[in-house]
Amino acid sequence: MSEAQQDKATTNAPASAPTGEPPVPKAAVEEAKKAANKKPEPATRAQLVPAGIVGAKMSEIERAVPLDEPPPLPLNSELKVIGKRVPRVDGRLKVTGAAKYTADVRLPGMLFARMVTSPHPHARIRSIDTSAAEAHRQVRAIHILDRVLGNAELRDKSKELPAKFPIVRFAGQPIAAVAATTQAAADEAARLVKVVYEPLPFVVDMDKAREAGAPLVFPGPADQSGSAGGGGGPAGVKQKGNVRGPVRSGPHGQPPGDVEKGFKEADVIVEGEFRTQVQTHSALETHGVVADWKPEGLTVYSSTQGTGSVRDELAEIFKLKKSQVRVVTEFMGGGFGAKFGAGNYGALATHLSKKAGAPVRLMLDRKDEHLSTGNRPDSVQKLRIGARRDGTLTAIHLQSYGTAGTGTGAGTAGPAQNMYECSHISTEESDVFTHAGPAAAFRAPGHPQGCFALEQLIDELAERLQVDPLALRDKIDKSDARREERRIGAERVNWSRRHAPSADKGAVKRGIGVAQAVWYRLINLDSSVEVRLTRDGSVELLSGVQDIGGGIRTALAQVVAEELGLKPTDITLRIGDTAFPNGPASGGSMTTGSITPAARNAAHKLKLQLLEQVAPALDTTPDHLVMRDGVVSRDLPSTSKAYKSMTFKQAAAKLQTEQIAARASRNDDYGGFVFKNEKDAFGFGIGTYGGVQFVEVAVDTETGIVKVERVVAVHDCGRPINPLALESQINGGVLQGISYALYENRILDRNTGKMVNPNLEQYKIAGSRETPVIETILIEEYVGRNSTDAGGIGEPSTIPTAAAIANAVYNATGVRMYEIPMTPAHVLAALKGGAAKKGVNA
Amino acid sequence: MSKEDERMSVEESPKGGVSRRGFLKGAGLTAAGAAIMEGGLLGVREATAALREPPVVGPGSVSVTLKVNGASRRVDVEPRTTLAEALRFELGLTGTKVVCDRGSCSACTVWLDGTPVCSCMTLAVDVGSRAVTTIEGLAPDDERLHPVQEAFIEYDAMQCGFCTPGMIMSCAALLNRKANPTLEDVKTATSGNLCRCGTYPKVFEATLAAAKTGGHGRKGGD
Ligand code: FES
Ligand code: FES
Repeated sequence: MSEAQQDKATTNAPASAPTGEPPVPKAAVEEAKKAANKKPEPATRAQLVPAGIVGAKMSEIERAVPLDEPPPLPLNSELKVIGKRVPRVDGRLKVTGAAKYTADVRLPGMLFARMVTSPHPHARIRSIDTSAAEAHRQVRAIHILDRVLGNAELRDKSKELPAKFPIVRFAGQPIAAVAATTQAAADEAARLVKVVYEPLPFVVDMDKAREAGAPLVFPGPADQSGSAGGGGGPAGVKQKGNVRGPVRSGPHGQPPGDVEKGFKEADVIVEGEFRTQVQTHSALETHGVVADWKPEGLTVYSSTQGTGSVRDELAEIFKLKKSQVRVVTEFMGGGFGAKFGAGNYGALATHLSKKAGAPVRLMLDRKDEHLSTGNRPDSVQKLRIGARRDGTLTAIHLQSYGTAGTGTGAGTAGPAQNMYECSHISTEESDVFTHAGPAAAFRAPGHPQGCFALEQLIDELAERLQVDPLALRDKIDKSDARREERRIGAERVNWSRRHAPSADKGAVKRGIGVAQAVWYRLINLDSSVEVRLTRDGSVELLSGVQDIGGGIRTALAQVVAEELGLKPTDITLRIGDTAFPNGPASGGSMTTGSITPAARNAAHKLKLQLLEQVAPALDTTPDHLVMRDGVVSRDLPSTSKAYKSMTFKQAAAKLQTEQIAARASRNDDYGGFVFKNEKDAFGFGIGTYGGVQFVEVAVDTETGIVKVERVVAVHDCGRPINPLALESQINGGVLQGISYALYENRILDRNTGKMVNPNLEQYKIAGSRETPVIETILIEEYVGRNSTDAGGIGEPSTIPTAAAIANAVYNATGVRMYEIPMTPAHVLAALKGGAAKKGVNA
Repeated sequence: MSKEDERMSVEESPKGGVSRRGFLKGAGLTAAGAAIMEGGLLGVREATAALREPPVVGPGSVSVTLKVNGASRRVDVEPRTTLAEALRFELGLTGTKVVCDRGSCSACTVWLDGTPVCSCMTLAVDVGSRAVTTIEGLAPDDERLHPVQEAFIEYDAMQCGFCTPGMIMSCAALLNRKANPTLEDVKTATSGNLCRCGTYPKVFEATLAAAKTGGHGRKGGD
């Protein structure tokens, strides 16, 4: 927990319900109504719940809460385990090397596999000769892919000449795989597979791909299939050449207004063209699986963010019942959005295992990881903002192009649509197909890009209006949480000492910048948990949900421990296995908000069962009993000796059966959602999560080197469950943001279509030396929408960093950076010429 | 053509140029040839000795004995097998991670006689009599952890945890070299350790805190 948070007293100033909830669009209301009409509303009770921001304004508001929901939790300050800094329950396993990742799985008789991939960015495959590989002494199976997952697919397949093998559309596209008794043998044998290609014209540069007559990635409109990999744009969008779009709507439907009218109402108009690069996820554990095909079913150990999504896709590909597929992810070494679904490697390993009759391990090497498993699309964004003299925004117009390679989903409009109040907003997002590996969701898809443009122009607007950037944001941002974050952050960073642009005299110029993030409250309703209690007093939690590093294992232990009056270490966590109740995929900062209410509700049900059974022995009824500090007793101060009590263990020993269990799934939010998609069990919650980041930089105007010296990151995620792990996630978001702003760049050679830096030395990622002082501050915001009121922080923590750095660089140098990464060469060029100033960065 | 083929085709240019691999082979022959020529001057016995050294092993499996975490372990490995592969696949010590397999991330850090090295850049046959310490052997016994391990848990110096074993081996080695490191020292010690989750601030905190508690675990020389 941040010091600021610890310092804050819980004040209960009278106030109304928290504001900051976005206007609910009509279409969404209609949809919500329709959905509501389908099922009878559950019986509810009127319940007072805490609401507001601790330290700013708190109150109680009334919510209609379904009868079977547990009572509302009090504020964190009144809880024993939730909201406390709890070391990870799996920490010991991780620091001793005992934690088993997919890459570490060894099964008896396990084979090793390697993929055969295309060196060409665009080609038809004439023939594949596997005979030499088959003759290899240690080879046990070879499989050639007949369908490539991840790439978009033609809507009308007849637009392309039929081909025996999938058309190659990017360098690194998987073609086949070989399984052998050792990894070295598999590598050797993969080299023996002879593929004859007919190379075709290609284009890897987004600007070139937009030109008329550019080589086509798809000879007709193409869509990316739904479960391909988390990410991807909407289907059915119009397409011309390689350009697909524009898409004008967002999650809330089409933004309101008429921008032409809005610009006419404006006193001031600011505009610019902003460019961002392609970033690869580069998780330390590569994508991969160990697939074990048995006649009775398939078991797959997978490095994934969604055990359920891998199961579903493999069941579909191999025509198995979902119950015949078990996916296990005990530990996984990072995903950041790129690890959903089976993947080509998963399909290949399963085919190989089926053919060889043995388990097959297929972990990608670092080069394939860069080429074929996803990336954050690049962007070129034309943004125009109009405002009245008092700061009121009258129009926001964004036109963006980005390439998701052979995939879709390069839009950047999220921040422009959702961050600020503006009556006329228009966003036009277009994807540009190129012969490059398909993008995948990457930590807040589209938002760091969109924020880089929006938050710089908002700063520019403030300068034109001659108001402080924070004051302007106070005027145009309705969110109470962000307002509080700006206030706290400004105080911590000592914003008042911020000087005019380029005020430092020497070669090294320092500056302070700010930018903020807005993210959605997304809920996966398919989030279930079972909690078991056995007569010896041991408690287990079971769920398919996987811990991708955010620490959900520990958060779940905290929630169950809080409910049962135990310690987190008293709970045995069994997660990351589809043999357990269905868990949510971990993406979109959805995990905590989706699964912790289910965990609390299950633990609550279990508690009621236990109390029911032990109440007679305590001469009372269950409703008079509480469980605290490992003791079951009457709800009285602990000093009271008048009534009987027993330890949790003694209570468990009184169970009539060896074990009791309770199961719960995520219920709808109290008061419902902005909209809900029944089919995908997806709820779009009311309100937002976000944060504000302040950055101090030093720019060496002689070398062009930008150094981030300090970051103050103030964030909200509803009720913080484990501030210790949340701080870690914020650190990570900030560092990935710094890395994105200053270093990372996937560079494709225009002449060969190949990536020139598919490794970890030339693909530069921020390391220890680039790590500045990062001060994290969490605010507690309560909205009383479910039984834990907790949310995620993964996405918001990385959204504003690049924009805040750019604003700080402007404050340091007086020159605006229209392009990232801000490499020394870019910075020097920008400092030298007015080119950058006009938004046409070299 | 696999991507490996592609690399080969770059090396063996169709114009009949010399591949990198071919060049190395050729260079080897030339060196030997030079020795023979010199041998012609110096005497045949010396030339034979020059040819005999260094000893040639492989390409088949060779048997090597590794001193790992205090115990002698025999493994049969091909000469090209890296120490990381031998630890992970032959000895089941999967705590050591392989991320880049070419010396640019330090996820595979182990100690040789107490000095941190990238086990992906060390051949198993080259380890010789040096003592190997892996993350599994860092704790002094089954009950206690190394102070750096303790601090990593307490300060949450991990997220996904994949970089954690390598990170801990680097930080623990630093404390062996320098009992009271500065923040700069910790940054330098971990400058090769890549953490994509961005856990560095907590790594710094944890390592400095572990130094304060003053404890040391194994020195890695046994
Ligand atoms: S795996 Fe050895 S340095 Fe990266
Ligand atoms: S904790 Fe995930 S890479 Fe370091």
